[in-house]
Amino acid sequence: MSADANDGISRRGFLAISAATLGGVMLAPGIRLIEIAGARAPATGVSKQVRWGLLIDTNKCTPGCDDCVKACATENGLKDTGHPRTDPQWIRKVELKDMRTGRASSVPVMCQHCEHPPCVDVCPTGASFKRADGIVLVDRHICIGCRYCIMACPYKARSIVFEAITDQNPDVPRGNGCAEGCTLCVHRVDRDEQPACVEACTKAGHNAMTFGDLNDPQSEIAQRVAKYASTQIRADLKLNPGVRYQGL
Amino acid sequence: MKRKGIGALISQIARAICLLALLLPVLAFASDRVPKPVIDIDKAGKCVEDTATMRREHPDMLKHQRDSTMHEGIRTTKYSLKACVACHASKTSGSVLGEKGFCQSCHAYASVTIDCFRCHSSKPKRTSGVTP
Amino acid sequence: MAESLIFRELAGTSRRYWGLLALLAVPLALAAFAYFYIEHYGHIVTGMDNQIVWGMPHVFAVFLVVAATGALNIAMAASVFGKVIYRPVAPLSALVSLALLVGGLALLMLDLGRSDRLIVAITKLNPASLFARRVIFYDVFMVSVGVYLWFLLERRMNRYVKPVAVIAFLSQLFLITTTGLEFGFNFRAAYDSLLYAPMFIAFASAYGTAMFVLILFAVCGWEGRSVSEELSGRLKNLLGMSVAASLFLAVLFLSSKYELLRSRDVARFMLFDGGVYTALLWLGQLAIGGVLPLALLLRSRISRATLAAACVLVVAGGLAQMYVTLIGGQAYPQILFPGLIESSSYFDGQIHPYTPTFVEIFLGLGGVALAAAILAVGLRAVALLPERLDQPAQPQA
Repeated sequence: MSADANDGISRRGFLAISAATLGGVMLAPGIRLIEIAGARAPATGVSKQVRWGLLIDTNKCTPGCDDCVKACATENGLKDTGHPRTDPQWIRKVELKDMRTGRASSVPVMCQHCEHPPCVDVCPTGASFKRADGIVLVDRHICIGCRYCIMACPYKARSIVFEAITDQNPDVPRGNGCAEGCTLCVHRVDRDEQPACVEACTKAGHNAMTFGDLNDPQSEIAQRVAKYASTQIRADLKLNPGVRYQGL
Repeated sequence: MKRKGIGALISQIARAICLLALLLPVLAFASDRVPKPVIDIDKAGKCVEDTATMRREHPDMLKHQRDSTMHEGIRTTKYSLKACVACHASKTSGSVLGEKGFCQSCHAYASVTIDCFRCHSSKPKRTSGVTP
Repeated sequence: MAESLIFRELAGTSRRYWGLLALLAVPLALAAFAYFYIEHYGHIVTGMDNQIVWGMPHVFAVFLVVAATGALNIAMAASVFGKVIYRPVAPLSALVSLALLVGGLALLMLDLGRSDRLIVAITKLNPASLFARRVIFYDVFMVSVGVYLWFLLERRMNRYVKPVAVIAFLSQLFLITTTGLEFGFNFRAAYDSLLYAPMFIAFASAYGTAMFVLILFAVCGWEGRSVSEELSGRLKNLLGMSVAASLFLAVLFLSSKYELLRSRDVARFMLFDGGVYTALLWLGQLAIGGVLPLALLLRSRISRATLAAACVLVVAGGLAQMYVTLIGGQAYPQILFPGLIESSSYFDGQIHPYTPTFVEIFLGLGGVALAAAILAVGLRAVALLPERLDQPAQPQA
């Protein structure tokens, strides 16, 4: 009985090892590395070889459509309290109009997950931090609610919570008095899913948002940014955001 | 003379109060009338560690897990607060808070503030919702 | 430095003194109420929102901190730069500086979203943050000013005054420069100018000197101690120079903002179309806080009442300036896409409204009252001010 079980495990183990080896032999080294990073085991930490990013194709983004904003609110438990001026917004649609040419466009703006985030530079306690894989987060455990990150962010991506919150999504803790912003749905990314906004955009057939690893040359996002012209908001500030925009 | 007498009296009273204070825990535990926390324990028995370790070290476990999850994205469930809540939420109230709630009843008894649930959900994730 | 000066504490048995403390207890109690009210309900009960996140408490706090660094100038002039005339009032200058700083920092702490996490704020310091480094320098500043005060008062330690004063001077310089740079390094359109550093040095000197003179006159008037013509004349000159420098740098700053095309829109907002901010800028900061006191101070001899009036104007102008800088700077929209018209559910491209609530004003005034209470108790407990300030200055010791 026990010998059988052992056999089973070893047989399965053998298959796994041979598959991995085969993969390693067959694919280019770069891809194999990313495959490992993508399928990160829960007990290993995030790798700095990954740089998560978003590419937003503004040509496909319709003015007035807020599927991504709604998906974000549902996923992260952002509820309308009836106080629009104090309610946090993690993602918003900014409608743009160029008065010189008359061209109108519409872009979703969220935390741009900068390589050099000003919110991290100013945070007195280190609560605002950048994860190794480029996701900029607030560690609410040590956030003192000083609001300096909100002052420093050139994208208006940070908010502070003004009222007590109940019934949070267990995956997304949020509370009164702490700063917060788009987490790139880090809880989903950590289980190999896409951010809620991207999923909603794709599901609705707009396909305006691409999420992926900018450092992985084989990823869709990396290939797109290599092929098409894309830009960053306030690129002049040299913060190198991980969110890029196409067609602006 | 008189002043000295008052001083001595005060120090005697102070000593008596100190002695009484030292004896209090002994007196309290000797009595059956002392209130004990009333806790809804739906799942009795061993947690992820034995009970004594859990009672003593759960704050450190949670704090350690909190930092590795937050900063390194390590989402193992053994010591995670989400797993605590999922298992220990009361069947009646659905929460670890509330008068008999697993966390709150004991913390209220020990007069230790819990800061977790200002941000964290005190209820497990709803399984019937849209998200799986 | 043998001195014939006799330092004396305030007489604290009088009913007047207890009346003063009772009077100060009123704003302190109101501020305590305001703090617990905000702590209980969250910042929703303030006029702040997610566009204007620093409100009235910050206006008072930054004013107090800036004035605190400037109020030390008098002591530094005496102990670092050897101006003997200021020697008798150096201890008062140090105490005023400490009291204002404690009042300002207390406000910053009490206005935090999670003010219950004071321990975190103290123990977890992000070394990359200018703000966090300033927290360390606040400590260095307070300790060095405290030690300086002790060395001044303890005759045996008198000879070590100068090295401590130099440390205090350097931390003062660092603190006020970085206060300006916190605005200067900010990307918001109204900030983003290195002129904030020298401008805030001038502001600090003006507000600090004005606060110091007002407190000196108040204390001396309280007990009928006299102030010499020479001392008040020198203080008048110091204030006059500081106000002139503030005015010059403010005009330079505003005109440079206007002159550069990339910042002309925000300059236009501040100078012409900003409503309450424009009014506070012209009437408050520039006229009441600048031109008017300067006109009073430029005369060669002025009465104590005129000097005190000039100080009140400078302080009022300073508060107006802080409101314009802090609130006005946030009210002007952040530009994400230069050249394009922006609109969104998050109020992109709009001027943001702000109306302070009473709790915020109570909290802010509480910071001022805290500083006043520290001064009243400090002057009662320790002999910090000479009995007479009308003796001729001692020859260089």
